[in-house]
Amino acid sequence: MSSFSVTEPSARSKWFAGTLVILYALITMVPLAWIMLTGFKSPSDAISYPPKIVFEPTLEGYVNLFTTRTRQTPEFLAANPPEKWYEEIVREYDMVIAGPSKFGERFLNSVIIGFGSTFLSIFLGTLAAYAFSRFKIPLADDLLFFILSTRMMPPIAVAIPIFLMYRQLGLSDTHLGMILLYTGVNISLAVWLLKGFIDEIPLEYEEAALIDGYTRFQAFYKVVLPQAATGIASTAIFCLIFAWNEYAFAVLLTSGTAQTAPPFIPTIIGVGGLDWPAVAAGATIFLLPVMIFTILLRKHLLRGITFGAVRK
Amino acid sequence: MAEVTLKNLSKNFGTDIGVEDISMTIPDGAFVVLLGPTGAGKTTTLRLIAGLEKADRGEIWVDGRNVGNETPAQRDMAMVFQQYSLYPHLTVRDNLAFPLKSPILRTPSDAIERKVSEVAEVLQISHKLNNKATALSGGEMQRVSIGRALVRDPAIYLMDEPLSSLDAKLRTDLRVELKRIHASLGATLLYVTHDQIEAMTMATHVGVLNEGRLVQFGTPREIYENPNSLYVAGRLGLPRINILPVDVFQNAPVRATHIGMRPEHVHQGDGLEAEVKRVEHLGDLTRLHLTLNGHAITTVADPTMTYDLGTAIKIAPKNPLFFDGNGNRIR
Repeated sequence: MSSFSVTEPSARSKWFAGTLVILYALITMVPLAWIMLTGFKSPSDAISYPPKIVFEPTLEGYVNLFTTRTRQTPEFLAANPPEKWYEEIVREYDMVIAGPSKFGERFLNSVIIGFGSTFLSIFLGTLAAYAFSRFKIPLADDLLFFILSTRMMPPIAVAIPIFLMYRQLGLSDTHLGMILLYTGVNISLAVWLLKGFIDEIPLEYEEAALIDGYTRFQAFYKVVLPQAATGIASTAIFCLIFAWNEYAFAVLLTSGTAQTAPPFIPTIIGVGGLDWPAVAAGATIFLLPVMIFTILLRKHLLRGITFGAVRK
Repeated sequence: MAEVTLKNLSKNFGTDIGVEDISMTIPDGAFVVLLGPTGAGKTTTLRLIAGLEKADRGEIWVDGRNVGNETPAQRDMAMVFQQYSLYPHLTVRDNLAFPLKSPILRTPSDAIERKVSEVAEVLQISHKLNNKATALSGGEMQRVSIGRALVRDPAIYLMDEPLSSLDAKLRTDLRVELKRIHASLGATLLYVTHDQIEAMTMATHVGVLNEGRLVQFGTPREIYENPNSLYVAGRLGLPRINILPVDVFQNAPVRATHIGMRPEHVHQGDGLEAEVKRVEHLGDLTRLHLTLNGHAITTVADPTMTYDLGTAIKIAPKNPLFFDGNGNRIR
C-alpha cells in the first residue's frame, strides 16, 4: 500500500488535473495556431472550404506584408527577370515589388509607444505606490479611489473630448501623445497593483537600511525595489499588453507618423483583394514581442496573478 | 563607543502613551537592559534613540551631541530587530557587508572582506556566507542579524529582544557570546527584553519600565535586592517574590500593607506553621510550595532534606521587603 497524504494530491488526481490543463491550453491555442498557419498559406488556401490543415507553405503572406507591389506589362516582366526569391513569389501574379510597405514603421511605432508608456507607467506608478504605501498622505484613501475611478468608465466614452484636446495641443498623431494617453490609462492599474506589492514588503527592511547608514531614497532603491521586482514585472506585462493591443484610440488619434500596428494591419485587406495571409502574417509578427516579454517574465507573472490569494 | 543620555523623553501614539518622561544615562561601555512587560515602552525607547520615531518632547544626547534632529544614519547606531529583518534578496555575505558599504561608512572592499569574515567566525556562520538570507534557519538568521550590527563600530548597539525567537540552547549560547563581545569590544549596549535571566546575566545596569515610565534604574543586584516598588520586585526573581498581606506575620512597619519575601527570605525552623503542598527536586536545590493561612508561598530548601506532603514546617520571614498601599517600598 502506498503512503497516503492529506495535502499531497494522488497520482491519479494529478494526472487528471494535468490532462484538463493541457486540454484547455490546446483549445485556447487553436485560434493562435490558426493565425500562424494562415500566414504561411496562399490566398486561395486561406479561403478554401473546408479549411485546409495540410497545405503547401509559402512566404507569400509575409512578402505581401512587407512590400508594396505593382502590376506590369509582359514586356517589362520579360526584360527584368526576378533576382531575389521574394521577387519570384510576386512574379506569379505578374507583379513587381515597388518598395517596402509601411508595416515596419508601424511596428516600430508600436514598440516605441508600447514600451515607452509601459516604462513611464511603471516609473510613476512605483513612486506613487511607494508614497501611498509608506507615507501619511492626507486623503490617501480618497486619492486612491480617485485614481481607480479613472478606470470605471469605458475609455472610449471620452474619445471625443480627448480627440479635440489632442488636436488643440498638437498631440494628435505623435508618439508623445500616444505614450501619454496609454500611460494615463495604465497608471491607475500600476499604482494599485504596485501598492499591494509594496505593502507586503515589511517596513523593517527599510528601517534596518536607514540605521545601516542609508538615506530614505537609497533604502527605497537598494532594498524595496529589488523586493518589488516581481510586482513590477507583472505590472509591466499588464501595462504592455494593454498599450500594445489598444485599437480604438489608435484608430482615432493616429493616421501616419505615430500609427501603431493594430490600426495598420486591417488596412492591408484593402490593398489588393482580401489578402488574409498577409493579415495573418502581420498578426503573427505583432504577437511576438508580447509573447517573448511574457515568456521572459513568466515566473513573475504567475506570482503577480495569484498575488493576494495567499497571505504569507 | 559613546555615552548616551536621555532627558525627559516622551512619545505618545494618539491617546496611547508610548514612553513618558524617561531620563537616564547609559554610561560608555555599559550593557543596559530595559526590562518590562509588553507595552511598557521598551521598543519605543529603542526606536526613539535610533531615530525611527520622533520624540514629542525631550532630548537624546550622544557623547555631548544632541541628535534629536539627525536621521538614523547620522546617529551612527546599530540595531538588531526582534524579527531578524535580513535583506531577503541578498546573500549572507552581502547582508553583513551592507552597513559597511553605506554612503556614510564607505569601507574599502578589503576591509569589508576582513570584517565580514571576522564576524562570521565569531557567530559561527562562515560556512553559510554564500547562502541566500532566506535559506537559513531562524537561529542562523538571528545570528546574521546580530552580525550585521557587529561589523560596525557604532556609538551604541541597540537590541530589541534579539534572542526571543530562538530555542533555549541557542539562546544560552548567544547570551554568553553577546556578553563576551561586550567585554572584548568594550561596546555600549542597550538591550530590550522581558526575559529576566537575560537581564540578570548580561546587564551592568537594568532599567525597569512600566506603562511608559522608567520606574527604577540600577545594577541588576540593586534591582533585585532593593526594588523600590512591588512592581519592580515582581519583575525580577524566579520563582517570583511571595507577596502576602502584612498581618500574616508580626513586626511590620506602621504604613505597610504587604510583605514581600523572595524564596530565600523564608527562614525555616521556627515561626508559623505552613503545610507542604508540593516538592520540586531540581537537583542542585529543592523548591517547596507551602500554604500558610490560605496564602501560597514558594521557597527553596536543602536538596539533601526529605519533605513529606501534608506535613507542617515552621517558617518566618528573614529580611523581608515591606510595601505600602500604593505598592511603594517602605525602607
